[in-house]
Amino acid sequence: MKRGRLSWSTRSGRALAWQAALLLLLVLCGWALASHAAGSLAERQIRTGFGFLGQRAGFDIGEGPVPYGPADSYLRAFAAGLANTLRVSLLGILLATPLGALVGLGRLSRNLLLRGLCGAWVEVLRNVPLVIQLFAWYLAITELLPEAASPLLLAPHVFLSKGGLQLPLPALAGGLSLELPEVTAFGVQGGLSLTPEFLALLAGLTTATSASIAEVVRAGVLAVPRGQAEAALALGLSRRQLVRKVLLPQALRVIVPPLTSQYLNLTKNSSLAVAIGYPDVVSIANTAINQSGQALECILLIMAVYLTVNLCTALLMNLYNRRVALVER
Amino acid sequence: MASARLTSLAALAALLLTPSAALAGKTLDAVKARGEVVCGVNTSAPGFSSADSQGRWQGLDVDTCRAVAAAVLGDAAKVKFVPLNSQQRFAALQAGEIDVLSRNTTWSLTRDASLGIVFTHINYFDGQGFMVPKKLKVDSARKLGGATVCVQAGTTSEKNVADFFAANGQKYKSVVFDTAEAIQSAFFSGRCQAYTTDMSDLAGARTKVARPADWVILPEVISKEPLGPSVRRGDDEWFAIVKWVGYAMLEAEEAGLTQASVDRQKAESKDPVVQRLLGVSEDTGKLLGLDKEWAYRVVKQVGTYGESFDRNLGPGTPSNLPRGANRLWSKGGLMYAPPVR
Ligand SMILES: N[C@@H](CCC(=O)N[C@@H](CS)C(=O)NCC(=O)O)C(=O)O
Repeated sequence: MKRGRLSWSTRSGRALAWQAALLLLLVLCGWALASHAAGSLAERQIRTGFGFLGQRAGFDIGEGPVPYGPADSYLRAFAAGLANTLRVSLLGILLATPLGALVGLGRLSRNLLLRGLCGAWVEVLRNVPLVIQLFAWYLAITELLPEAASPLLLAPHVFLSKGGLQLPLPALAGGLSLELPEVTAFGVQGGLSLTPEFLALLAGLTTATSASIAEVVRAGVLAVPRGQAEAALALGLSRRQLVRKVLLPQALRVIVPPLTSQYLNLTKNSSLAVAIGYPDVVSIANTAINQSGQALECILLIMAVYLTVNLCTALLMNLYNRRVALVER
Repeated sequence: MASARLTSLAALAALLLTPSAALAGKTLDAVKARGEVVCGVNTSAPGFSSADSQGRWQGLDVDTCRAVAAAVLGDAAKVKFVPLNSQQRFAALQAGEIDVLSRNTTWSLTRDASLGIVFTHINYFDGQGFMVPKKLKVDSARKLGGATVCVQAGTTSEKNVADFFAANGQKYKSVVFDTAEAIQSAFFSGRCQAYTTDMSDLAGARTKVARPADWVILPEVISKEPLGPSVRRGDDEWFAIVKWVGYAMLEAEEAGLTQASVDRQKAESKDPVVQRLLGVSEDTGKLLGLDKEWAYRVVKQVGTYGESFDRNLGPGTPSNLPRGANRLWSKGGLMYAPPVR
């Protein structure tokens, strides 16, 4: 595009003026809305402001990598919730990607049984609402597994029960040692503990997203022109080489942008956590809304959090995309 | 759940975009024009508010709504019930979706002073407790150190339980759900060793399982939970109506009225308190913007506080709760209504 002078007489100048006017209008609308909201809240005698973030939250959060206790502030509670969201999203992405890729390639396999199984996987997981899938996973764990006080022993020191999955935790107390979980009257205590809520959410997000990723991968591979494969085979490449050297590099170009959307979806879908009691950032915000009464502030905070997390994800994926994108000749 | 979150979001948006509905006198006019009281109740708290197999709402909190309708509209049936979970309740009231919130809600300073709502009166003195499976063989809440505890999001229970374990220097693990169904199915299937909420809720929840005797409610009461209805701030007239309807039910019990005999008592009683309450002598309704027989209709159509309690929570009901602190002050309880005069 040519650089336009700021004048009504040129086309680009006019466009610029229109855009400026539109921006002004948007800002005005936003301002009007905000001031109306503030007036409305004041008239209804509802307290507002972000001051509550520094106050003692007073409620507990069941699990998470960020140390948190009821005496900590609302801000810290939000941080703990965010850490839980990131933990399940990141792990979900790491697991769903290879799983989805395998299923997607499986749908292109020459083996009829494999193709059928992968097709069924995709259709079932894509067409059942995610909340229902989460309930199903959660029910499977909390109904079918034994009580926490009498867990299944999967491997030495690895327990599975209604209380979740407990594993030995490597600890660095005076040389490398293992903190081993133990069975007590209140269930298995100690070691690395993964709660049923976390497991169900992770399983639900991973499997459901793997179905969508499978379709993305399949579409990507099919987008490579047939002639490419025929040429490669004619040149004597093995099927393995064909996939790794010819198909995948070209398919990645097509795969990466929609794959990014799937990652963003997974992160956003993790907010369904509250349905099965996992303390993600939305669940914490919900509690904070009720305990502090500051609904508007908390909802603005969640929106800001998701926007930031997803913009970061998108940025990273775009950088990666630039690397895999082939220069068209 | 997602839908719950959406509703509260929608309510919030409505709150911010609509012109204020909370102006003095507006609620009464709106209720009369609409011909029904819109009342926010619990989705399912047996004894307080739950729908029976025919979809008829029943319970102590439900009776409050019916009594308001009887006083204001002359017909206790003219109520629309909106079931709300713990997290939706305040937004629904703030946004003007409901006229009264009558949903086992604890009166506390934060709620009373910062949410844009006011509590009208206390209709049940409660306290928080714990329920555990009998087979756990725990007989005191002090022995729950290290246990996993199920609790509902957005309740006072969530904070009290943290205070309780902190005060005892014990640790616990919380699992927080947003609906009563989710929490109860998790607890009864064994996900948590203890379930904590108001004592009355525990008794109600226990009535829903196949073998109630397998679950014990521990003796410790760890908090004060004065439950009562609330209305939006800024409409003093409506506030007074809901408050005095509650008091009239207490005063009626104290004066010895009953639903079955109120007509006879109205015709025959020489007691000035009875005559005043039933509108035979003075007209107390005028001061509230109602008619003379407002309280008579409450007793006739809904009953006194004591009758409502016995019918919904007392011995012979599934909840089977003792009247305890909810007896009248004259019988050693805490229920005390200022004089209706
Ligand atoms: N009185 C407490 C607790 C009231 C409450 O919401 N209790 C839960 C305990 S299970 C309940 O009734 N939930 C029913 C629902 O959300 O559907 C408060 O006001 O915060």
